[in-house]
Amino acid sequence: MSGKIFFRGRDLTQLSNQMYRRIRGEEIALIFQDPMTRLNPLMRIQDHFLEEIHAHESVSSTEARTRAREALVSMGIHETRIRNYPHEFSGGMRQRIMIALALVLKPSLLIADEPTTSLDVIVEAQILEILQDLKEAYHMSLLLITHNLGIVAEVCDRVAVLYAGKLVELGSVRDIFHKPLHPYTQGLLASVIHLETKELHSIEGSPPDLIAPPSGCRFHPRCSYAQPICTERIPPLVEFEPGHFAACHFGDKFL
Amino acid sequence: MPKTGSLAAYAVTRLFLSLPMLLILLTIVFVVLRVIPGDPIAALFAGRAPPDVVAATRHQLGLDLPYWQQYINYVAAVLTGNLGTSIGESYHGKSVLFVILDKLPATVELAIGAMIVASIIGIATGVVSGTNRDKPSDVALRLYGTIIFVIPVFWLGQILQLIFAVGLGWFPAQLRFSGLPSPNQITGLYTVDSLLQGRLDLFLVAVQHLVLPSLTLGLVLSGFFTKTVRANLLRTVNADYVEAARARGIPEGRIISRYAFKNALIPVVTVLGLQFAILFAGAVLTERTFSWDGMGMLLLKSIDSADYPMVQGVIVIYALIIVALSVVIDVINGLIDPRVRY
Repeated sequence: MSGKIFFRGRDLTQLSNQMYRRIRGEEIALIFQDPMTRLNPLMRIQDHFLEEIHAHESVSSTEARTRAREALVSMGIHETRIRNYPHEFSGGMRQRIMIALALVLKPSLLIADEPTTSLDVIVEAQILEILQDLKEAYHMSLLLITHNLGIVAEVCDRVAVLYAGKLVELGSVRDIFHKPLHPYTQGLLASVIHLETKELHSIEGSPPDLIAPPSGCRFHPRCSYAQPICTERIPPLVEFEPGHFAACHFGDKFL
Repeated sequence: MPKTGSLAAYAVTRLFLSLPMLLILLTIVFVVLRVIPGDPIAALFAGRAPPDVVAATRHQLGLDLPYWQQYINYVAAVLTGNLGTSIGESYHGKSVLFVILDKLPATVELAIGAMIVASIIGIATGVVSGTNRDKPSDVALRLYGTIIFVIPVFWLGQILQLIFAVGLGWFPAQLRFSGLPSPNQITGLYTVDSLLQGRLDLFLVAVQHLVLPSLTLGLVLSGFFTKTVRANLLRTVNADYVEAARARGIPEGRIISRYAFKNALIPVVTVLGLQFAILFAGAVLTERTFSWDGMGMLLLKSIDSADYPMVQGVIVIYALIIVALSVVIDVINGLIDPRVRY
């Protein structure tokens, strides 16, 4: 593995295991795709909270209990249910518990890895609303990983588009949706289904083999604008307009 | 009735559910003893008694009745705690139940000793193996698990006797007690009785005698534990909830103990319950190897002397113990895992 992870000016990859452990949960929290399997089936909900609070802060157990209860109630789950076990909750409730666990230490960054993929549409809407409210209530950044462009349009401020493990475009949500510079982003947006969609649009071909990725621009085998240069040179990430970056040799063509 | 979903309610339900299991077991014992070839009464007299004596014995034991009547008498007798009287040489005319109850503590002591050995060695090797996947220690312990599991228990017993009793002289090779007068009978477990009487010297003698038989039986069982613990730990150390706990910054030691190990233990406890049947079968051979005067020895002696009420009684008691243990195991599982309490 290579690369660096910067968080508040520090490179996280340089940290000791102990420092890393402290940052997890306390400064950076994570919620997952599949809330059904993310809680320890043998532990009461309350113990998940207490264990996390005591792992990071030296507080009295009375205070820890109070904070655990508040975190749960803030997610719309009744406080008496804190003594229940994970299997006594539905998927949407478990995801709200996961969010409450992520927030109980008031982190400055919440990473949400496809948080609604395994939930039904109504619960999805609930969870998204919660996440949006949190950004303001907790003064917290949200890093949302998703392939659902509808959610992106609704929740995000800045968008980074990844293809085959590489950053291909970065910009404000307005830039990305109104003026996509990378052919992959354009293909993604064209594939979104609208009410009036008669025929599905798709990007030709299939995702590349990541063990032996294509030379040059990784998207070139599927790109209708591809030129010889695309197979030879890796396009750098260029700022085509203020705050709007793309990694395409011909990005200026789409401005 | 206790609250639904509570451990007490679960235990009570489980206890009631074991009644049909018990009846099935009793039925199997009844059928098996009657379909195996050979007439026990003919075997008892070995053709040396006149026919009217044979017939009288048969009548006295109720074996001349039709099978359905025998079955009812047998179930009724067992349920009222009456296992009949012995017709063998050693215990002739004595109550089968009393003879068995006299021998039971020796077997229980051996079984507990073996389970302690098997749990400690099996869980320790399983954890080392499971947390060092494919490293030399894991490969060696997997090999240990397989080899120790297929070794015949009487062979291992004799090897241990040869090394530690005959060769090194550390432990006695035979019997439950020797040298001093055995402790007064309270529970029948010599280790417990000697401690209850405050006699540390007697306790040491009892433990010395217990070491080799427990080790023999425990080692053979430990291989299964090694493999089960390893397999389940490999499954749980990569579980989603373990990853999520790491993301919350929970210390690694706590993750292994509270998340990985505790979850891995659930199937291990279930398997442990199933192992008791193998344990008692192994105990018969171990008792024989070490002249350990328990139920296994009694069973072998009763088979030799064609003491059919005694054989039936011993098997019924084994069955009862296994039913009782399966209830205990289920309750322990309920204690660990809240999901099974419903």
